Parts: sequence; structure tokens; C-alpha cells
Amino acid sequence: MEFKDTVKHIAALAKLEFKDNEIDIFSEQFKEIVEYIDTLNEVELGDVESLSQITDFENVLRKDVTQSSVSLEEALKNAPKKNENFFKVPKVIEQE
Amino acid sequence: MIKYSDFLKKIQNKETTCVDFTKEILDKIWENRHLNIFITVCNEKALAQAAESDKRFLDGNPRKLEGMIVAIKDNISTKGIRTTCASRMLENFEPIYDATAVERLMAEGAIIIGKTNLDEFAMGSSNETSYFGNVLNPINNEYTPGGSSGGSAAAVAAGLCHVALGSDTGGSVRQPAAFCGTLGLKPTYGRISRWGLVAFASSLDQIGILASNADDTARVLDVISGSDAKDSTCANISPSQTFDNLQNLPEKFTFGVISNKLLNNCSEDIVRAYDFYVEKLKSLGGQPKEISFTNPNIWIPTYYILATAEASSNLSRYDGVRYGFRAEGEGDFVTRTRSEGFGMEVKRRIMLGTFVLSSGYYDAYYTKAQKARRLIYNDYNRIFNEVDVLLMPTTPTPPFKIGEKINDPIAMYYSDLFTISANLGAIPAISFPAGSPSNGLPIGLQLQSKHFNEDILLQLSNALLK
Repeated sequence: MEFKDTVKHIAALAKLEFKDNEIDIFSEQFKEIVEYIDTLNEVELGDVESLSQITDFENVLRKDVTQSSVSLEEALKNAPKKNENFFKVPKVIEQE
Repeated sequence: MIKYSDFLKKIQNKETTCVDFTKEILDKIWENRHLNIFITVCNEKALAQAAESDKRFLDGNPRKLEGMIVAIKDNISTKGIRTTCASRMLENFEPIYDATAVERLMAEGAIIIGKTNLDEFAMGSSNETSYFGNVLNPINNEYTPGGSSGGSAAAVAAGLCHVALGSDTGGSVRQPAAFCGTLGLKPTYGRISRWGLVAFASSLDQIGILASNADDTARVLDVISGSDAKDSTCANISPSQTFDNLQNLPEKFTFGVISNKLLNNCSEDIVRAYDFYVEKLKSLGGQPKEISFTNPNIWIPTYYILATAEASSNLSRYDGVRYGFRAEGEGDFVTRTRSEGFGMEVKRRIMLGTFVLSSGYYDAYYTKAQKARRLIYNDYNRIFNEVDVLLMPTTPTPPFKIGEKINDPIAMYYSDLFTISANLGAIPAISFPAGSPSNGLPIGLQLQSKHFNEDILLQLSNALLK
């Protein structure tokens, strides 16, 4: 039961939702996967420096000159909803 | 399977034209549509490119890949050609730019024949998580072609292109290459620009090449590799020159052999092929040496923590606002869009990634996995001080049947055992066909080498395939 709550919490963080009939199967599989990756905790890694960057490049910068950017038309090309100049989304602010 | 150099001979002998050959291939793709290899076929564009190639040949100024038929995995952007990632989320998405790799292919005269099927967002090892349905293995239709670049591997195996591009985050080029009996190269991280490759796990993703032979692989690698201002993780070095070096295999070289204990994770067929190719490498001038990894048990957990963490971050962009699918109806439209737009395996990985990055778990999982990655990285640096190449299995088993593993995520993840370490170590690796011992189904073995030494991988593959 407790693990199912964790799953629901994580789903909310990830902006996902599961149907009631999905959540049981999913929680069970998810629990198995978490138990599996937990095996990493059996390995002693105390002093090892973590690898957070796989290349050894430093500060890859380009010259600070203006470049052309995407046109309005291109930017809106794949929008699910738009008007002339904007992406259209459902109203998210509550009305009084 | 078809070879580009054979095609060039036919062109020289005026036995075919690029347009005729492209038409032949398009017919063959139609005849094989039951294999579900392509999500999009570029009939008109391909024929227009072929006409241009014919003109170039006629004028006597063909480019490096003139008339080569190339298939592109559908998570690599093609301007004006829909790029779906085999997801409902991007079912109708038309990129506004080409991936650097695609742009370079076309600039050298390659013909883009179509976009190949894959596991949704490249997450899977069997092509069964595609929103567009699974791909059948052309060699035996009851089996999966592997994944996630299953469509690309099947396209090469069925002779529907000379070369296909795939992407490899944890084995997604090499494993399907093994299952379909083709060559599959994952170059060094940073060898090929990732610009236009839809991001899954950015520190592991690399565009790879599937082909029937080393010659075609080398030609394509040399064209698409090299620095790119649009990808700051792409190495600032010149393009590779593997094609010119293909015949220059050193007379003597050393190769690493894995321990029996590690090899015993494989089925009998794979072990036998491994032993056979140890002898074969010796006959090519190789001196074997047993090498050891600190702890192979950490590979899969490390990979699945890091890859899913990066995926959960990368896939947060799919919110239904600017492009892609948007769910209609009541409730939070972002949550609804993501819940309806993503398939189960993608959700599973986003969930796992969100979990390992969430407050209270970050250090226990994510930081720990980054430390474990250091061990794997150091292992490879040590190993390639001792040997020039390393012989590895590509997969623990021969191809598996459709439906065999899809309901058991851990069993499916386990099929990546021998491929993920190369991504974690950022080294290059190639899977080559190593016979078809079980029911005529192919198996593959893998050669790995130190960073940016694709030369020796292609030289050896070339020699082994002769």
C-alpha cells in the first residue's frame, strides 16, 4: 500500500496519471525495478569521484555574434493550437 | 543485403541508373510492408534526389555517397519529413530542420529513402513498444528484430537500403544489428553530432550506422563525423578517415578476452561463437589477453538509473503546448497530454527517472550511479592500456520471439547486459555478424576499442567478414 502511494506521488511530479486498473500492475513492476537497481547500494563507492561529465571539453563557447533564429511561421508550424502569433492553451487562471 | 560498391559498379557499367535503382528499392519496400519496417517512405523526394544523382554521374562529378540509399531511424530529424519517434506524442510532427548527420549525408549525394520504425522514443530492446506496431525480423517473422533501431537493422537485412542510421543509448544499434545479422557501429561519444537526434539520455546517446559491410559503414562515418557548432558535446576534431584506413589492419595487435565467469551469462550458442572468434582473431595476428572488469553487476543498475534520470528530464518538454499531441477535455491538459501521448514503457522510464532524482532519493541513486559510472569509465581506460580491442558478446542470447519478454521489464533490460558498458564508458563499439547457429537466426559479437579508435573496429570487421 505504501509503495502505491510513492508511485502516485512520483506520477504527480512527472505529470503523469494512471488509470485505477493500471496502477496495481504498474506499482508491482515498478517495485521490482526499484529493488533491482537497489543492488547498486551493495557496492562500496565511498571515495569514488562521481562522473558528471563524459567529455573533457571545457566552456565550449561560440563567438558573441547575432545569428538568425527560427521564423514565427516555423515556430508555430507544429503547434496543436495557435492563432496568428501565439500558441493557444486552455485557460489556466481561475475566473472569479 | 546490398552493397554500395556493387551499385557503383552497375552505375559505371551503365547497367542501372539511380532513378531505376531507387524505383526497384521502393517496390521492394512495398512488397515487404508486412514487416512494418518503415513509418514513412519518401517516394517522391527519393526519386527527385535520384534524378539529381543521375545528373551528377552523367556530368562526371559524383559526390562521396552519390546515389547511396539510406534509411533514417525515425528519431532523427528530417526537415519537412515527419519524425515521430514511434510515439503518439509526435505522430504528426514535421521538423523544421535536418539533423546534422542527415544534412551531411544529403550534401554528399545520399538518397533518403524513408524513416524507420523503432521502440517508442528509442526505449526498448525489441521494437514492440512502437506506437506504430512492432517490426518483424526479416530472417524469421516470429522473432523480434531487436531494438530500439529494429527498423533500421531490418531495413539493411532485407536489402531495402545500403545503409541505415540508428541511435545507440544502451545498445540500440548493436543489439538489433546482432539480431538481424548486420554490422552495427556505435561510434565514440562525441564522434557524430547529436544535433537533430531527439534526446533520450544526452550523456549516452550517439548516432550509429547499420550496414551489410565495413566498407559502407566507413564511407558513411567519414561523411557524418566531425565537429559541429550546433552540438557542444561533439568533439572538436576532424572527421574520421576510416575508409582510407580500412585495409591497414596492423600486422600484430592485442585483444582482450573476458572472463569465463562473465561469458557464462550467455547461452551456449553465444559462448561457442565467442570461442570461435577468439581463434579467428588470433589467425588475423591478434594476441589474446584475459582482462577483468571491477564489477559487471553494476552495469545494468547504473545504466537504468542514469538513462532514466536523463530521459525524465529530456521528455519533460512534451507538454502539448508548442508541438506534438495535445489531449482534449477536462482536467490539467499537460498531465492528460502526457498520459495519453506516451506509451507504457516510456511512462515507466519517466517514472523511474523522476523517482531517482526526487528529493530524498537523489543521493542514494543518482549520485551513486554517477560514481559507479566512474568505475566503468576507469575500467575501460585501464583495459585499453593493456589491449587494442576487446571481444565481447553483443547479447546474452540469440534473438527472442515476439511477446517473449515484453511483460517482464527486467528480463528485457537484462538483454542489454553486454552493450550498455560502452555507452557508460563513451567508447566506440561494433557488433558484427558471427554466424547463425540457432535455427538459422543470426547472432552477433562485439568489438570495443579506446575513445576515437573506430579505425581498428572497422579494419577488423572488414577482415572478419571476408
